[in-house]
Amino acid sequence: MTPELMEQGRRIASRTGGLGGATGGGASSQVVEPGKVDTRHGRILYLEDVSVSFDGFKAINGLSLDIAPGELRCIIGPNGAGKTTMMDIITGKTRPNSGTVFFGSTIDLLRHTEPEIAQLGIGRKFQKPTVFEQLSVFENLELALKTHKGVKSSMFFKLDSEQKDRLVEILHTIHLAGSASRRAGDLSHGQKQWLEIGMLLMQDPKLLLLDEPVAGMTDEETARTAELFLTLKGKHSLMVVEHDMSFIRTISDIVTVLCDGSVLAQGTLDQVQADERVIEVYLGR
Amino acid sequence: MSNHSILPQRAPLLSTPAWSAFFAALLVVCALVPVLHLVMPPDSPLHMSEYMVALVGKIMCYAIVALAMDLIWGYTGILSLGHGLYFALGGYVMGMYLMRQIGRDGNYKSDLPDFMVFLDWKELPWHWSLSSSFTATLFLVVLVPGIVAFVFGYFAFRSRIKGVYFSIITQAMTFAAMLLFFRNETGFGGNNGFTDFKRILDMPLATRNMRMTLFVITGCTLLLFFLLSRWMVASKFGRVLQAIRDAETRVMFSGYKPLPYKLSIWVISAVMCGIAGALYVPQVGIINPSEMSTAASIEMAVWAAVGGRATLVGPIIGAFVVNGAKSWLTVTAPEYWLYFLGALFIVVTLFLPDGIVGLWKRLRGRGGRGPKAAAQQSAALEEGQAPTGAVAPATGGAQ
Repeated sequence: MTPELMEQGRRIASRTGGLGGATGGGASSQVVEPGKVDTRHGRILYLEDVSVSFDGFKAINGLSLDIAPGELRCIIGPNGAGKTTMMDIITGKTRPNSGTVFFGSTIDLLRHTEPEIAQLGIGRKFQKPTVFEQLSVFENLELALKTHKGVKSSMFFKLDSEQKDRLVEILHTIHLAGSASRRAGDLSHGQKQWLEIGMLLMQDPKLLLLDEPVAGMTDEETARTAELFLTLKGKHSLMVVEHDMSFIRTISDIVTVLCDGSVLAQGTLDQVQADERVIEVYLGR
Repeated sequence: MSNHSILPQRAPLLSTPAWSAFFAALLVVCALVPVLHLVMPPDSPLHMSEYMVALVGKIMCYAIVALAMDLIWGYTGILSLGHGLYFALGGYVMGMYLMRQIGRDGNYKSDLPDFMVFLDWKELPWHWSLSSSFTATLFLVVLVPGIVAFVFGYFAFRSRIKGVYFSIITQAMTFAAMLLFFRNETGFGGNNGFTDFKRILDMPLATRNMRMTLFVITGCTLLLFFLLSRWMVASKFGRVLQAIRDAETRVMFSGYKPLPYKLSIWVISAVMCGIAGALYVPQVGIINPSEMSTAASIEMAVWAAVGGRATLVGPIIGAFVVNGAKSWLTVTAPEYWLYFLGALFIVVTLFLPDGIVGLWKRLRGRGGRGPKAAAQQSAALEEGQAPTGAVAPATGGAQ
């Protein structure tokens, strides 16, 4: 990390007043706790020079990207730009051939498995809504709840009052309060998307990766989702991959354009839309 | 926020009618059958014959296996085609003890089991050293299948072997074990296995009282395992298993490591089979490597499928229906049994994905609230949703 980056991060962190201050405790405590995300340097996610290739095809090619605590970052890019592969790398599903991926300043994500990364505080929503279809909405959320996730604690698990409060709160947030005992498989597509977002929130993640969260939603549902994301911003860091430009316009601060596995442009939506190279990859060729 | 009323109530372990049925079954096993067999005079029409007691006792052992299959296949979506191995391991451990109980009453009047004398062995091989103790046998009945399942499961699940590949490997495992047990050098009686048992705990086996005792123990074990399984699938542990079956990646990204979950239920399932095998051998009076044949293991999967996967009670019903039909058909028309089994499997796969229990539920649902249910279904279709009743709860294990 360069000094400028650190300086910029500190500014963002103090502006959002979110995770940076809470976990770091300012300059007073310098002790690094293992397993705790250290965001004192103003970055919650840091990818540097990451490359991965499948059978010679470079899906990610020297990608460098970083996200500040509390930031809502939108990622756009043409098909095959490497958006989903990037999320696979961050969540431990795919191992890169080279590069570094850090969560905070101290946690090397490349050393962890998918469940460990989830427990560390990175939640992920898939492109295709993935919920447990045979279980009820309530049971889906209960499984996602942040708690001990070993076999023995699951066998003897009982919800306490505080956890029930949290469940009720999330059920209201995702507008499924009346459907708690419905089978998740019977929900509409948009409702499944919401349920999956609710499951992420139950995990209480520090960073949310959302792959096309409003795909297949009605306009009203999309508007509600935008509203929800704006309330999450600041408390959580979000990385949103979307194709819906009006949705991005509603929620975005900074937009990153990916193309051919690396960053093509970055800035506000207007800036990147005015960028010659971006216009070329979207319209040209 | 403290309004918890929108959260559904946790269902009890068993509903009131289910508890009634459970205690009725317990009464039948522990009181009714002993009275019908031991007290009723043989010429009475209510008398339960020795043949029937032996048959039902045997089928109850199979029902325990079917229950074990349901936990691993119905609930976790892992189709094992090798559970015959664990059944046979439990059976062999018990068989070794029963062979030692013969003492010097064998054909060769030797301390060694007959087949060892026949092979001209002078002393017991090392793996027979604990076989004279009943207590050790009880432990080994649990430990041997448990450890074999743990080692196999650990490497298979760690390598993320899934679906049909996993099924094939389990099948290969049991076949390899069968070939091993067929050999005389391994010290398990070769292709004849163990038979001619005389007594257990120094008491003669071939008495009506002993047969009844084993029957009651088997019945109680089955009921106990049913309750245990019910408790497991009703806990969050059971819901994680179903979640692994339906969307394993989502389970991982929710922070659960699938390996310990799969391994736990795999080992529990194998141990249940081992105990079933140990109860089976003294009642049937023989154990040989044919229990490890591939067909035997496939039949176990058929019991669970016929009864209805992911229902617990279904596989028990399935074990009774299929084996009842088997013992009836192999007497009246032995040449048709295999055709019947094949046809049954095809019919269940094509038309009854939820087995007998699913059929019953569907019939009851149609009878009870016919037009209303139909209206709901068409309304759901208009909304572009799949009708709920027709969707199988356990989408094929071997995907």
